[in-house]
Amino acid sequence: MNWDWSAVSDFMPDFRAGLLVTLQILVLGSLISFVLGLVWALLMRVPTRWVTWPVGAVTEFVRNTPLLVQLFFLFYVLPEWGLTFSALATGVFAIGLHYSTYTMQVYRAGIEAVPAGQWEAATALNLPLRRTWTAVILPQAVRRVVPALGNYVIAMLKDTPLLMAITVLEMLGHARLFSQENFRFTEPLTVIGVAFIVISYLASLALRALERRLVH
Amino acid sequence: MTPGLWELVLKGVWVTIQLLVCSALLAAAVSFVVGVARTHRLWIVRFLAGFYTEVFRGTSALVMIFWVFFVLPPAFGWQLVPLWAGTLALGLTYGAYGSEIVRGALTAVDPAQKEGGIALSFTPWQRMRLILLPQAVPEMIPPFSNLLIELLKGTALVSVMGMGDLAFSGNLVRLALQESAEIYTYILLIYFVIAFLLTRVMRGLEKKLKAGVGKAPAGKTKAAEPVVVEAVR
Repeated sequence: MNWDWSAVSDFMPDFRAGLLVTLQILVLGSLISFVLGLVWALLMRVPTRWVTWPVGAVTEFVRNTPLLVQLFFLFYVLPEWGLTFSALATGVFAIGLHYSTYTMQVYRAGIEAVPAGQWEAATALNLPLRRTWTAVILPQAVRRVVPALGNYVIAMLKDTPLLMAITVLEMLGHARLFSQENFRFTEPLTVIGVAFIVISYLASLALRALERRLVH
Repeated sequence: MTPGLWELVLKGVWVTIQLLVCSALLAAAVSFVVGVARTHRLWIVRFLAGFYTEVFRGTSALVMIFWVFFVLPPAFGWQLVPLWAGTLALGLTYGAYGSEIVRGALTAVDPAQKEGGIALSFTPWQRMRLILLPQAVPEMIPPFSNLLIELLKGTALVSVMGMGDLAFSGNLVRLALQESAEIYTYILLIYFVIAFLLTRVMRGLEKKLKAGVGKAPAGKTKAAEPVVVEAVR
């Protein structure tokens, strides 16, 4: 095994650029998945099966098919329909959509875990449906599910390299480019592998701290 | 879509299934070994198993695949056949996730069961094989079923390395037809059907294993909870 530290330092500028893109994907993708997941979860509670069946079927389909193929689908099919986005925007949307089908389940569990007495109290106080949701149910439900949402953010971090397949230059994309230009594979790939472990470990520590604060 | 292109897709399905079966077997072996090691009485064994889990869960499966394909060959002087390289990367990564399931299910077994085994002077191996595992394994099936779906989705990653799986055959057909909507819809549908069949098989397996230790399959108690909320709303 031949390890060359100079290759590591040569890779650093590319690494920083890639890290920035990865974090960008992560933040935007998380926001999309949080919002869209809540939308799915609320739609699943609409009391008519004309809404719940299609939403349930679509989210089930998205959850059970590979993100990679979904990325290809959006990246190649949307332009055919006359919708052209940058690769990064397509990737962020795809990853946000994919994970929204997971966060939807998290929100659902959180909403179901709100005690029935809260619903009854809202009815007794004659709160309109909108106020019941925004002032009573959601604040309690969302508080409960923050740790679970955080787990999906970490999972999403580990799926960001997939965007390399649709030409987005994030960490793995930069590492691959650097490897092919300099014909050194060991150093860049190991550096980003370690970077993923470190970031996700730090994120899980932060999550545990957040969880402890929310419990008290 | 011409018959020739369908043949290509079918070949892709076959590679995906091969990869799925091989890496699922490796992942299952890894999860049981590492998961049981995490409940070992020696701290060094627990520490090493925990370290393995953190490292392989911490990194991305795709980065791991790149690593196995590009870093291992020059480092050790041998190169794996793509199928085995993909199996190794996926099996080790998803095995780390699986080991958490095994550990969780083992610690969830009533401690009195273990104490009963000690009182009857079973050896640690006998306790594990005859008392803990038969009760823990049925509890592992639902999370393992989810993990198996994740693994199926993970197999698509090897197409990035040029392995001819289902996702890769989709790309070939796209290039051949210069048209993407149709073929990618078919590819997604095929993945969905495989995932659906897998969940069915796993559910049947759970029922069988639960009957083996005298437990009714869950489901009825689970469905009761949402109904209460629904009625109130």
